[in-house]
Amino acid sequence: MTISEIIINPFYQKIQESIADGEKLRNCLQCGNCSGVCPFGFAMVYPPSRMIAQVRANRFENILSTENIWMCVSCYACSAACPAQIPITAGLMTGAKEELLLAGNVPGELQIALENSQRYGNPIGESPRKRADWAKDIQPEVKLMGKYRQPVDVLWFVGDYASYHPRVQQISKAFAKILNKLNIDFGILGPEENSDGDSQRLAGEKGLFEILAEKNQQAFRKYEFHEIITTDPHAYNAIKNEYPKLGISYPVHHYTEFLFDNIQLIRPLLNYPINSRVTYHDPCYLGRVNDIFEQPRLLLKEIPGIDLIEMSHNYKNSLCCGGGGGGMWLDGFQWEKTHVRLSEWRMQEALQVNAGILAVACPYETPRFEDAAKNIDSSNPVKVKDIAELLVESMGI
Amino acid sequence: MSQDIYVLVEHFQGRLSEISSTLLAAGRQLAEIHNSSLIAILLGSNSQNLFKEIPADKVIYADNPLLNEFNQDAYQQVLSEIIKLKLPFLLLFGNTTIGSDLAGFLSVKLNMDLASSCSHFTIEGNIVSQICGGKIMVESNSTATTTLITMVPGRYKLQTLKTDCSPEVEIFTPTNINELRIKTIKILEPESSDVDISKEPILISIGRGIQTKENIELADNLAKALGGVVCASRPVIDQGWLPTSRLVGKSGKHVKPKLYFAIGISGAPEHVEAITNSETIIAINTDPKAPIFDIANYGTEIDLFDLIDILVEKVEGIKTK
Amino acid sequence: MKIAVILKLVPDLVEELSINPDGSSLDTTWMRMIINEFDDHALEQAILLKEKYSGSVTVISPEFDGVDDVLFTASAKGADQIIKMTGDFSNSNNHALAKAITPFIKEIQPDLILTGVQANNDLDGSLGPCLAACLEMPFAGYISGINVEDKSILVRKEYPGGVISELSIFLPCVIGIQAAETPPRYVAVSKVRQVMKTSKIDEKPISEMDQNGGVKVIRMFQPEASSHAEMINGTPEEVAERLITVFNQIGIIK
Repeated sequence: MTISEIIINPFYQKIQESIADGEKLRNCLQCGNCSGVCPFGFAMVYPPSRMIAQVRANRFENILSTENIWMCVSCYACSAACPAQIPITAGLMTGAKEELLLAGNVPGELQIALENSQRYGNPIGESPRKRADWAKDIQPEVKLMGKYRQPVDVLWFVGDYASYHPRVQQISKAFAKILNKLNIDFGILGPEENSDGDSQRLAGEKGLFEILAEKNQQAFRKYEFHEIITTDPHAYNAIKNEYPKLGISYPVHHYTEFLFDNIQLIRPLLNYPINSRVTYHDPCYLGRVNDIFEQPRLLLKEIPGIDLIEMSHNYKNSLCCGGGGGGMWLDGFQWEKTHVRLSEWRMQEALQVNAGILAVACPYETPRFEDAAKNIDSSNPVKVKDIAELLVESMGI
Repeated sequence: MSQDIYVLVEHFQGRLSEISSTLLAAGRQLAEIHNSSLIAILLGSNSQNLFKEIPADKVIYADNPLLNEFNQDAYQQVLSEIIKLKLPFLLLFGNTTIGSDLAGFLSVKLNMDLASSCSHFTIEGNIVSQICGGKIMVESNSTATTTLITMVPGRYKLQTLKTDCSPEVEIFTPTNINELRIKTIKILEPESSDVDISKEPILISIGRGIQTKENIELADNLAKALGGVVCASRPVIDQGWLPTSRLVGKSGKHVKPKLYFAIGISGAPEHVEAITNSETIIAINTDPKAPIFDIANYGTEIDLFDLIDILVEKVEGIKTK
Repeated sequence: MKIAVILKLVPDLVEELSINPDGSSLDTTWMRMIINEFDDHALEQAILLKEKYSGSVTVISPEFDGVDDVLFTASAKGADQIIKMTGDFSNSNNHALAKAITPFIKEIQPDLILTGVQANNDLDGSLGPCLAACLEMPFAGYISGINVEDKSILVRKEYPGGVISELSIFLPCVIGIQAAETPPRYVAVSKVRQVMKTSKIDEKPISEMDQNGGVKVIRMFQPEASSHAEMINGTPEEVAERLITVFNQIGIIK
């Protein structure tokens, strides 16, 4: 390589500068841990470690000529496994996706999700006016900040799929019931809420993320509340770790943290047992990325009758459901390449430990795992339930 | 002033197109309302064999090799002459690849009013058009001497083809056709190696609601179980997920199956016009307001992703008994 | 080669549409406007032609809520000049639009004019044929493929049943696009934001709005379906059972 080639490696330069610890990329010893642990590594021409090698050799265009990058589901398994703590997901993978997007190279499904997010504030393409329709029949009424206009204790950031997807709306209703039962003073933004933007950011659309964050900030500013809670680990990650970089700072908790902090109020209400072997799936953005492992488990253990068991991949090693980093909108694309669904792998693990229930805590997961269950023949199918749903069942509300 | 109703009949490769029967049926209704005659305009070359299929009182026929197949430049020139001469009260065009190319052009050129996407007329003779994907209807009228109208099919059911009409025939000779700026180079038929969906009795049709190419598998499974064939509406074909031979709609095929099973199809007019002759239409769509439910016999709001697999299971269960 | 593209905004059908109390126009309170899908294809086709044959693309749009975004996005995709016609278009129709656009086209003198084959709110025919007549140019609609020759273009015109007619048309002409050869490309938000800083929208006021050629609207209404499907409710299991019964009844399965 000539000296001029060493100096002019724009992509390598860019990642090092774009993210904290970006220069750790230089420390890669090519151990291959990342490629080994990557769930779709087998389907990539350039799995993470090979990508780093190509980038450092100023051969980024080789990667661009494959469809490699869209196989990444931003699950952070590589980043967690890296002995040199290189920010592979946030730095390299996201940076690479940004380049592809700028070149207009993006699979059709993802394009639609991004265009919908920009236009309607949600990737699904539903009218923003319908964002709070799921809450219509809840009694006592769920407060819409735009109508209520009084301060509340807690602002619940609901999220896209939790607002629009029929299966996940059930979880939203369950959580609303819990908050009402505990007499929590809470409100939601409804039509004023936009997508948190985190998955879009990880899919390479930094500009879109900033627009969505700005819109949410405008809504946050209008109202008074002490903290934000969310049922969505992706929203949690965005508001906790990314929004502050844009000057948007609010205290935020995931609902499992929040409920655990209120365990004294909840414990006496858990009157009905759920007699089942239950295994808990650590969502990537709650567990591996944000270190919240215990509260969800402790909540589950509080429910009488539950026998909590662990799958072989758990805690930091949890297997991604395949929804992150834009993966939610790349299923068709990834299916074409691999004929494998990550959610099915996870389901198999749940079956292996004879779980009756797979407990989840992220809105992407319930539909993905239930779909996976349909494709697996079993005499003892595993039910998929969000922790909120199990609590509601045990509370008998 | 005469209130005669004129219709531009469309034909293709020696046969009257389906839209012509809509236009003639609508024209006849209007002629009755206005107590006037129904006059068909036919432009072609050696197309006299079509006269007996046209149930109009009169056919104005221009015969010229330049009119052999549709040519916007030739047709607009000849029609301009005919319209200026005859000053029809109403002139009906199809809202088609032929009619739409002409109506707006002539409306501006001859300074005449135009109403498009007309689906039917009221008893008073007002025009009712559908816009916004069929979600909004517009009733309008015109007091002009001549009004041009383009029509969409559907309301006026396909009549059995008449072959014994004997309209009066007036031969029209255009005074001049300027050198044409459009020339037909060739006509390409679709690949016939694929199935002809217009002849299939069981069609499983997919629309935007299927979301991804891989989900087409669901429709494939149902088609296999029922012994049918998969087809689709425009969005699926535009994505390249199925070949154009499977397109059901205005630019694709009109179908008349025993069962039309529509999955994730909203029911836009361009699609609906092609399926009105199905014996039974069943529609699956999570949007209760989807226009497809207005023409389907049975419908359900259940999510297709929850329903199809179970349905396939049950059908296969019955088959193995 | 100089290409002009006419882009219109139309009501976004994702939102519920409602009709004004006067009964003869759409309620615009909640109505959002979105680029006409077919015009988006026309723009894509123009950019593809520019990439293949080199030349320039000029985009013209009437002023509507949200048009600036549409124009900047067009610029980010590769349009060389973006023009906004300013004036009151709230009561316009395609005849009026065509007449308003004509003087600007005469200024620009493009070889080829592309626009979408139709728009969801067309009531007086579509824009393309009207514009062609104003300009005295030939017109072909339902086009899904264009190749450029010396002083003409070769186009593929769609007929029912998947039949295609290949036409040769002298330039200049107006074309109504059904579909671009590839779906409209994605353009990253950051790119559009960048373009907003570097590109300028040319504002051109229109001289008059002449709606002659459209018919008089008496009323607008939502269709009452003359019939409605028998709706089947219940669990997927129950719905599937009912459908099996229907299949039996119509003789699809025994």
